[in-house]
Amino acid sequence: MEYPKDRRYTKDHEWLKDDGGRFTVGITAHAAKELGDIVFVELPTTGSEVAAGAIVATVESVKAVGDVLAPLSGKVVAANTDLESAPQSVNEDPHGRGWILVIEATDPSEAEHALSAEAYEQLLATS
Amino acid sequence: MRYIPHSEDDRRHMLASVGASSIDELFADIPKEVLERFEPMGLPGTSEIDVERVLQEASRENIRPDRVISFQGGGVYDHHVPSVVRHLTSRSELYTAYTPYQPELSQGTLTTMFEFQTMVCELTGMEIANASMYDGASAAAEAILMAERVAGRGRVLVSAALFPHVRRVVDTYCWAAGIELVELPYDDRGRVDRSAISRNVSGLLLQTPNAFGVIEELDGLKASLGDGLLIASCHPLALALLEPPGTFGADIVVAEGQPLGLSPSFGGPLLGLLATRGALLRQMPGRIVSRTVDIEGETGYTMAAQTREQHIRRERATSNICTNSALGALAATIYLASLGEVGLRNLASLNFHKAHYAARAVCRVPGVEPAFAAPFFNEFTVRTTLDPTQIRERLRAQGILVDPPESLAAPAAGGLLRFAVTEKRTQEEIDRLAAALQEVT
Amino acid sequence: MRTIFDRTPSDDVTGLLPTLDVPVDASDQLGEKIARRRPIRIPSLAEPQVVRHYTALSKCNYGVDDGFYPLGSCTMKHNPKMTEEVARLPGFAGLHPMSDPADAQGSLRVLHHLSELLGRIAGLPAVSLQPAAGAHGELTGLLLFKRYFERRGEAQRTRILLPDSAHGTNPASAALAGFAVTKVASGADGQIDLSTLDAALDDTVAGIMLTVPNTLGIFEERILEITARVHRAGALCYFDGANLNAFLGRARPGDMGADVFHFNLHKTLATPHGGGGPGAGPIAARDILADYLPVPRIVHEGGTFRPDWDAPDSIGSVHPFYGNVGVAIKAYAYLLELGDRGLREVSGAACLNANYLLSRLRGTYPLPYDRLCKHEFVASGRGVGADVTTLDIAKRLIDYGFHPPTVYFPLIVPEALMIEPTETESRETLDRFAEAMIQIAAEAASDDKLLHEAPHRTPVRRLDQTQAARHPVFTYPFAGASPREA
Repeated sequence: MEYPKDRRYTKDHEWLKDDGGRFTVGITAHAAKELGDIVFVELPTTGSEVAAGAIVATVESVKAVGDVLAPLSGKVVAANTDLESAPQSVNEDPHGRGWILVIEATDPSEAEHALSAEAYEQLLATS
Repeated sequence: MRYIPHSEDDRRHMLASVGASSIDELFADIPKEVLERFEPMGLPGTSEIDVERVLQEASRENIRPDRVISFQGGGVYDHHVPSVVRHLTSRSELYTAYTPYQPELSQGTLTTMFEFQTMVCELTGMEIANASMYDGASAAAEAILMAERVAGRGRVLVSAALFPHVRRVVDTYCWAAGIELVELPYDDRGRVDRSAISRNVSGLLLQTPNAFGVIEELDGLKASLGDGLLIASCHPLALALLEPPGTFGADIVVAEGQPLGLSPSFGGPLLGLLATRGALLRQMPGRIVSRTVDIEGETGYTMAAQTREQHIRRERATSNICTNSALGALAATIYLASLGEVGLRNLASLNFHKAHYAARAVCRVPGVEPAFAAPFFNEFTVRTTLDPTQIRERLRAQGILVDPPESLAAPAAGGLLRFAVTEKRTQEEIDRLAAALQEVT
Repeated sequence: MRTIFDRTPSDDVTGLLPTLDVPVDASDQLGEKIARRRPIRIPSLAEPQVVRHYTALSKCNYGVDDGFYPLGSCTMKHNPKMTEEVARLPGFAGLHPMSDPADAQGSLRVLHHLSELLGRIAGLPAVSLQPAAGAHGELTGLLLFKRYFERRGEAQRTRILLPDSAHGTNPASAALAGFAVTKVASGADGQIDLSTLDAALDDTVAGIMLTVPNTLGIFEERILEITARVHRAGALCYFDGANLNAFLGRARPGDMGADVFHFNLHKTLATPHGGGGPGAGPIAARDILADYLPVPRIVHEGGTFRPDWDAPDSIGSVHPFYGNVGVAIKAYAYLLELGDRGLREVSGAACLNANYLLSRLRGTYPLPYDRLCKHEFVASGRGVGADVTTLDIAKRLIDYGFHPPTVYFPLIVPEALMIEPTETESRETLDRFAEAMIQIAAEAASDDKLLHEAPHRTPVRRLDQTQAARHPVFTYPFAGASPREA
């Protein structure tokens, strides 16, 4: 599949979309498919500080738990509480309604380490 | 060996298929030094008849339960086990089954677990219950760990009136987890001293009825804890007569379920109950079963919320528990189903009234008086002028068994003795206890 | 499926209990503050209703007495019926745990002798029967480590190493014991790579937890070197005994470098699983850890047996009394009957059955480690059909009358099928199972709908796990009350 070009991706299958220093974060369609039917999303507390690479949320299916790692450091300024009643949004629309949290980055240039859509598609093709 | 259904021909055929010429060759992957160091157990093996003889002899070295009158308690009691319980739990589809990981093959186990969970919630007044823990003591310990995960203060209050054998297990688990335990003393009525409760804790664990048999008052305890969790360790039969902890805002309820159809069996296997509020599901240890539907819309049951458990969450699991007390839970379910609400209340009533009759009879003996002026269920504590260890010995010489004084809460003041009275104790047996005490003191 | 709460209650179901024979005093009241007001919604039923209900439910279950149960690392072997009889003897079953030791000499003797036997099987003398399950044994064993290093002033040892093939209870137990876990990746041969191990070992490591053979059914051929390196680094070795059936009567963990070993009596020593428990997980430890064993210990002094509490360095207790005594008695009877020769026959037949089954499935199912196995092996469902998963294969096996093997474990093999036949299966059963697996592989290629819609003939069809997860119902929804959803 083709991954949206309006954002970047990590090798841990998260996506991050820049909106003036605030990055919306979610998991990719690939990750959602691997997990299966999502039944629960554990969201971070708004206002908490996160370090790049730390576990900032978890996405659970019936038989597995996927850790969402913060793609960059900063402060959590929003979490998608709609997922509390509709976790299936992550399966149905992982790149849209299935967004998980928003981080206000301490250093937005950290996002440059992430992969472009083409590079992510390449990663999936070779794994 | 009669449990291995192989003939010589089978072995030859299978070895040929494997490409080995002897069974010993199948162990070529074990280092020679290890095989050479091996030493046997030193047992020759024997027949079923001989094994039964040896075990029968050993069982006869124990006291014969039908030759003594038991007033023993401390969480494990001499209750009648209805014959249907043994009959049904002996069905091999139930007792030789594994954990129900393939639900389509395990609707027997899963449906009964769902019933068990429901019955535990009915008794405790809580919203959800798991499919059992090992025993009431480890259940209490895990409840504390759960409270700590929720509230995170690093300290927990624990009643000084817990059974010592429960307290020991709690101490060990809390040392492992680095949780500080602060003991809450009891007052002269044998109940927790509320003035000593602090709010800066993850929770409070108390037992009711407690180690003295005294029923604790739960009203208002939750409010005094702030956001600490209230954990109540209860007696499952007493709950038939007592308003349950759920009504008073308990966050977690645990219990030793042995009275619900399990033999004393020298203290194991036992049955741990754990129930909690729905909102705390994700922090609850142990298996839990949910109702669901199959592809044809039929109702069925399956293990649910497994992402809390060790096989998925591993080091971040709510507990390491895997094997639990499933067969004990099944026994308890059948036990409660045979009694029903009416039978259960009746049974609890019998226990209550016989114990109260016994307390009166025993306290008429000079030098014996109630230790605490407080309500009790089927266990009560008396204060005596004579050394309770001696009293116990002399009662035992007459075939009357009571718990050792060390099984009361430490530091129990000297001169205390506890009695438990179940539906099996007749008026005649109780009168004999009083008469024996009269003789001894 | 109907529950007991769906049954129509009966009227007068007295007869189970006697009438009250003692006089009642008016003061025998609980008082309205504490007396129960809430109902207990358990129906009152006549005995025939109870018996029919649970008998019907039992027929919706599958136990080892019903058929083949090749669950990897579970050792679902036949449960000898003689052991049920002896555990039920009134002298054992009716004994209260706080009995005077003089009244419990029979049980104490049995437990003491069993401890000795387990110590000899393990080659590790310091035994505790308290743990009520394997995971409980793991916790207990790791707490021995913790106390050992505390006493030596090495409290900086806070990490436990685990191979990536470890059973989930291992890291969970380590966490419960207050340790952090570090994963050690297996090499291409499915065994621990020594240089990876060396890189992980330092003075913050308290120990390693190993399952031997591992969950791939492979015996760590470098086991002596592994344990030696761990010891040289000042750490200890814990062996998970779930797979003891592989070398029972032929080798001892104590001779492999183990410092603590746990038994699963409900696996290797044939006590029944009970639908999930009770089991028992006794531990055996090296003498250097003996001081830390739980209390009470059963000692034999002056001709009698008694519980001993004099152990100031003990970790305390993990069980309120002596452990799952009723289960221990069954294991004891099993050991008495089998003796040394019987134990050897067990591991011989278990490994023969496993290797035979492997040879029968070779060529049909991918075998990630196609080599001599011990009592179990891992196959994969990958590639068997274009759109077929191991789950589908497992569900279709049910239609053939078999309980499926363990699926999706160990995690290091994708679409894993972990198969452990045990020694109590006949060649005929193994052949029927192999034929069913081969047939299913053929169906996967030609008519995979059969697999996707399996099972077809069970009391319920494939159940909706997503619904159970998203909209759970954990208690019966009584009329007038909303279902108790979390």
